[in-house]
Amino acid sequence: MDFKFTEEQVMIRDAADAFLLAEADSAAVRTAMASELGYDPAFWRALCDQMYWHVAHIPEQYGGLGLGYVELCIVMQAMGKRLACAPFFSTVALAANGLLLAGNEAQREQWLPRIAEGQTATLAFHGGGRAWDATAVSGEFTGSGDTYTLNGDYCYVVDGHSADLLLIAARNSQDQHELALFMLDADTAGIERQWQATMDQTRKQASLSLSNVTVAGNARLAGCQADGSTLDTLLDLACIALAAEQCGGTDAILRQAVAYTQEREQFGRTIASFQAIKHKAADIALKSEVAMSAVFYAACVADEYLAGSAGDGELAAQLPEAAAMAKAYCSDAYFFAAGNAMQMYGGVGFTWEYDAHLYFKRAKSSEVLLGNGAWHRERIATGLLGPANGGET
Amino acid sequence: MKLSFDTADEQFRTEIAGWLANNLSGEFETIRFRGGPGDEHMFGEERKRWEQQMAQGGWTCVGWPEEYGGRGLSIEQQVIFHEEYARAGGPGRVGHIGEGLAGPTIIEFGTAEQKQKYLPGIRNGTELWCQGYSEPSAGSDLANVKTKAEYDQGRQAWCISGQKVWTSLAHESDWCFVIARTDPQSQRHHGLGFFLVNMHQPGVEVRPITQLTGTSEFNEVFFDQALAEDILGEPGEGWKIGMALLGFERGVSTLGQQMAFQNELDEIIALARRNGAAQEPDIRQRISEAHIGLRLMRYNAMRMLSGPADGSLDSAALVYKLHWASWHRSLGKLAMDVLGSEGELLMEPPYELSRLQSLFLFTRSDTIYGGTNQVQRNIIAERGLGMPKEPRG
Ligand SMILES: Cc1cc2nc3c(=O)[nH]c(=O)nc-3n(C[C@H](O)[C@H](O)[C@H](O)COP(=O)(O)OP(=O)(O)OC[C@H]3O[C@@H](n4cnc5c(N)ncnc54)[C@H](O)[C@@H]3O)c2cc1C
Repeated sequence: MDFKFTEEQVMIRDAADAFLLAEADSAAVRTAMASELGYDPAFWRALCDQMYWHVAHIPEQYGGLGLGYVELCIVMQAMGKRLACAPFFSTVALAANGLLLAGNEAQREQWLPRIAEGQTATLAFHGGGRAWDATAVSGEFTGSGDTYTLNGDYCYVVDGHSADLLLIAARNSQDQHELALFMLDADTAGIERQWQATMDQTRKQASLSLSNVTVAGNARLAGCQADGSTLDTLLDLACIALAAEQCGGTDAILRQAVAYTQEREQFGRTIASFQAIKHKAADIALKSEVAMSAVFYAACVADEYLAGSAGDGELAAQLPEAAAMAKAYCSDAYFFAAGNAMQMYGGVGFTWEYDAHLYFKRAKSSEVLLGNGAWHRERIATGLLGPANGGET
Repeated sequence: MKLSFDTADEQFRTEIAGWLANNLSGEFETIRFRGGPGDEHMFGEERKRWEQQMAQGGWTCVGWPEEYGGRGLSIEQQVIFHEEYARAGGPGRVGHIGEGLAGPTIIEFGTAEQKQKYLPGIRNGTELWCQGYSEPSAGSDLANVKTKAEYDQGRQAWCISGQKVWTSLAHESDWCFVIARTDPQSQRHHGLGFFLVNMHQPGVEVRPITQLTGTSEFNEVFFDQALAEDILGEPGEGWKIGMALLGFERGVSTLGQQMAFQNELDEIIALARRNGAAQEPDIRQRISEAHIGLRLMRYNAMRMLSGPADGSLDSAALVYKLHWASWHRSLGKLAMDVLGSEGELLMEPPYELSRLQSLFLFTRSDTIYGGTNQVQRNIIAERGLGMPKEPRG
């Protein structure tokens, strides 16, 4: 047991913070978020070509660095601190993870090097409604073997309007219990992509409409379990990465708000000297620390899971629970932090000019994405208490 | 980052688990799971015998260096020890104040003679200790102690006069460590001394205080020219030593405490499944939240114990008391809400409480002793976040 960063991990963290301090300041974030694309292509290239973050946890044989999930979460955390705008979460935590989980050797060799080159990618699976697991898939496929045809509408697709590659989840139109994942180029005929304006402008979403999209047989990822469990695992891995980002945001907005209260004076003293302000800050600090423990526990579990038979099986088996705990805790912690920070700022926190609202909006959007706290707590409750409908486990 | 324990540690786990299984039987069967917080007034004699049984097996003071009779266990093995102890239902340790607080302080600040005199009694489970800090006018504001220490030339010793209050287990104790004022002209944390006082002498009177549970675990202690056998350090160093002692409080035993919390949560879950509360959405969410909170408390503690390489040891440690105390108090309320109307009905008159009822009442003290939640928030804000210190009257 040695639950702290290694020296190398501390270096990665410090390098990440330094890079983003220079490349993703408030002005850069605001320029990026105002564009429909949602990011500065030069920033994305720097992130890939200088930092190699997009391939941090991809094995070396596919052009990656072969680092672990802990390292990926360190980077996500750093990006969360700065609200950095890039198609990173979608490309790495959604699409690349999907290939790692479900692609066979040939499919990984086909697609992962394209990601390593800097192409962007995302996952489309959600057909609407309130669920955030494989049951949310409503798009359909027909065919078998050599060719497949895909049809359906997809919503909440992160960076879906700009991604170069798409990972699509669909059900067999003949048998709703059979779920599959397909990897394809985004410009394949029959795909219509619509950018959606969002309250949180720092993360872009699109809706996709697929009509008779025809793909070759090898687009269907060979390792995807038909029962949806592979997709659920993919969402668990994504939850952990997103929780890391939330954890970074929680810490950053706390520090910014505390710095503000140290400067602002009322009643002849800094507002930081008022106990009501100190205690709010302390409550956020508590959640920020616990969030950190949640994320890096879950990241360690993800590492064991991705290590397959070489990993610690007992820890690997905790993946769904670890992901649910991290996402539930960090979602609520971030919103608590951003909401209370806004109060600490007073009137300026309500302006477009100050960054408080950017964190506040990101906190809400990332809380909802992949399921909010209540959703993930109910998953855990089902494990502890049996299903809610009165059935026995 | 690594979460799993290595094989040597797992072997140690088997060893201690085996010893506990063999020894927590026969006459000690009845005290399994008894005598913890809220139940400390029960089975005093049996638990003292058990303490000595532990000592004979070499299982007291396991974290102390071997030269003082400890086992010099690594942090990992101490964690395992405390976990297995709680898992096996080991009774509340009557010697915990000596082992966890007095002993480490004497090891750190005592002379060779003092170590020789006091450590064996703690190690062998034959001498019990209590903590004489709080006074009627010195609660959160500990520096306001008024108890006096005067050097009596005739007796060639320091003599203590004054009153302590809320002194846990004073009625069971052989020794008390007392913070008292050596310099009558001094103010606040200056001019204090740290004294070791024998409780069995005419100048010491112990009066029990009845708690809201109807039982009595803490006391008022009156000193009237009571002889202090020793002073630790020099007169004037009492504050420094007294604060260092509080640092030992956040030790590895927290993980054992968490295992006891787990036993309580398990009891609540089993009850909820039996009485149907497990179907209520609100209860499901809260049980799940309690489960998450406890698991994350564990990882937070592991981070805290793994040391400072991630640069945030202090912050993980700073929030620890606020976290567990608040969590535990919520658990007490959850227990009562799962009990529902049955929660009002006592086991027996005049005031016999079930374990869960007692949990509900007793956990109200968790956010008061050892630094109230408000004091903890002040500490987090000031030391963790660098916010201004409280104004003093
Ligand atoms: C079960 C139990 C066991 C105990 N055992 C021991 C023991 O063995 N030995 C021992 O020495 N003591 C013991 N104590 C005493 C304990 O440490 C004190 O009760 C505690 O420090 C609080 O002091 P107080 O009770 O005087 O409350 P006060 O200090 O009077 O506090 C009352 C309220 O005012 C708030 N408050 C006080 N100061 C501030 C501030 N600066 N900012 C904001 N709010 C503030 C507090 O948070 C609290 O809500 C025990 C207490 C309990 C309940």
